[in-house]
Amino acid sequence: MAYQNIFTQVQLRGEFEPGVPLGPHNDTRFGPFGYTYWMGKLGGTQIGPVYLGTLGLASLICGTLAFCIIGLNFWAQVNWDPIQFVRQLFWLSLEPPPAKYGLKVLPPLHEGGWWLITGFFLTASVLLWWARTYRRAKELNMGTHVAWAFASAIWLYLVLGFIRPLAMGSWSEAVPFGIFPHLDWTAAFSIRYGNLFYNPFHALSITFLYGSTLLFAMHGATILAVGRYGGEREIEQITDRGTASERAALFWRWTMGFNATMESIHRWAWWFAVLTTLTGGIGILLTGTAVDNWYLWAVEHHFALAYPATGVVDPATLPGAPQ
Amino acid sequence: MTRKLVSLAIILPAFLLAGCEFGTKVVEQTGPRGAGTFQVANKSTMAVVGKVPDPPYPLTPDMLQGPRAKETYQNVKVLGDLSTEEFNYTMASITNWVAPDGTVANGGCNYCHNPENMASDEKYTKVVARKMLQMTRNINSTWRPHFQASLNTGGNAGVTCWTCHRGQPVPKYNWSESLPEPNRLNGNHHGQNAPAQTVAYASLPNDPFSALLQGKNQIRVQATSAYPSSYKSPIETTEKTYGLMMHMSQGLGVNCTYCHNTQNFANWSQSRTQRVSAWYGIRMVRDSNDNYISALGDVWPANRRGPAGDPRKIYCTTCHQGVNKPLGGYPMLKDYPGLKGTPVAGPAAPPAPADAVPVAAAADTAKPAG
Repeated sequence: MAYQNIFTQVQLRGEFEPGVPLGPHNDTRFGPFGYTYWMGKLGGTQIGPVYLGTLGLASLICGTLAFCIIGLNFWAQVNWDPIQFVRQLFWLSLEPPPAKYGLKVLPPLHEGGWWLITGFFLTASVLLWWARTYRRAKELNMGTHVAWAFASAIWLYLVLGFIRPLAMGSWSEAVPFGIFPHLDWTAAFSIRYGNLFYNPFHALSITFLYGSTLLFAMHGATILAVGRYGGEREIEQITDRGTASERAALFWRWTMGFNATMESIHRWAWWFAVLTTLTGGIGILLTGTAVDNWYLWAVEHHFALAYPATGVVDPATLPGAPQ
Repeated sequence: MTRKLVSLAIILPAFLLAGCEFGTKVVEQTGPRGAGTFQVANKSTMAVVGKVPDPPYPLTPDMLQGPRAKETYQNVKVLGDLSTEEFNYTMASITNWVAPDGTVANGGCNYCHNPENMASDEKYTKVVARKMLQMTRNINSTWRPHFQASLNTGGNAGVTCWTCHRGQPVPKYNWSESLPEPNRLNGNHHGQNAPAQTVAYASLPNDPFSALLQGKNQIRVQATSAYPSSYKSPIETTEKTYGLMMHMSQGLGVNCTYCHNTQNFANWSQSRTQRVSAWYGIRMVRDSNDNYISALGDVWPANRRGPAGDPRKIYCTTCHQGVNKPLGGYPMLKDYPGLKGTPVAGPAAPPAPADAVPVAAAADTAKPAG
């Protein structure tokens, strides 16, 4: 029989694994539902059990409402034409209220009212899901690392759609719900505030984002490379180091003089991921509230690259210029 | 297994590259290295420079002599100071450019004139043509700074009727105001979020023209101080400006970096001289739309108006038609002196281009720095 590791795993079939018994204040779990061959190619073959619970149910209801309101708004924009709905799907958008409404709580539904309602339900859904990840981890006597990492992403989401618009005094500063529209919003946002690339927190966020992918690739590659020595059982090797862990560490000391440990690599990865959205959120929050033009800010702080001047003068500043 | 892997190795990259554009690219560096300041054009999809028609017959110096048109004909209000022969030459040219006999229904002289009484203003087309002659002269005099980059030996390029019309009574590329969105949810795109050609299929506001190519609305959006001040400009105004820029980019067949150093779009001292031309161009278009086309008011019949009832107006593409210099920068005006205007003195006159952009600066930007 060929050597087995995570990619050539024997898919076990037998008694379902129901998981540990839960305490008295828990709902029942659904499932397990069965084994699937194709999910087994990607990870565990067993589907379920799922713990839905009150939080999960409430989150799903809020999320479904938000999703449906967005979809129905899109559909209404094309006069309920199903073909145009599909053809224009990437362009359609649920826009925040125009600037004239400021922070009005419920402007007319077709002028951002639905956007606010959607934002409310989506935010409720996300926060309820966060509470669920926290509570499930506690029930399993785990650390709450997943919940806090998720909280970092929620921070960026809240800054973009809620905290910064509040600080700016206008919902119109928030992001639209739409595929191309949110991308166009991003480009317009950067242009309006003088080029976001000069925002140091944006730079930090990019560093952690790309750093995350690099660390993920290094870690994944290392573990796969020592899979033949049982390296995929990395958690056991944190405390009980075997050949795989030793070789992985040696490889990195040989190539770059330093190695993360079986434990610390996961802290590296966790912090890089968490800092991506944490610093990103800070950068967005400062934009327009503390700094109105990042390029001019960078000029003032001597880190905007000065290219040779072209000698062009703003024609509007010349005497007698037309307006 | 190997065959599967080989086919995967071929199909997967092909799939990933499906969004790429085939064909030979022409790349021209236009600014300092590392700033992305270059123009990329795909040879196969580059807009074709329009043909320039020959004059109907040569205009010789002796034809400029003799009695003036206003003495020979009646009701000549714009071209009256031309010699009768030059006047006839200009009329023949205009007919070829705007309403040629044969290719245009009811084309020829009678497109504008009543053959029984050539002096009569009874056809609206004649009234429009007169206003358009005034507009052409205004463009060629007041708006000379827009043409400063056309370094032709025969003087700047200027415009003639042909620059826009190209043998059609209504120029092919024009805009009119979009219908107001319904004041309800159904069918309301908020003037954006639709695959519109006007903004190169972005989801940006797809009628940036009503707001920005007539009247005097502010196009600039960035704050001029690093820190928050009384200056307010919501993202929605940026999106409108962005939409206009997409139109300009598309209409001229150029990238953003044709004018801007994208390090900072607003910064003039690192922009190319082309941005100055564009700045004057926008004001020229506004002047032409407000004071000539829209000023004709009720003269326009219903079939010359857009769905919202306003006349069809001009924007960058009307002349440029996908080319950075209309007609390749050919100085067509030199053959039609009657369309040149005398610069208009007064507060609206922009300063001479030499004041705005030193010629040496223009030369500098053509070379990569360092």
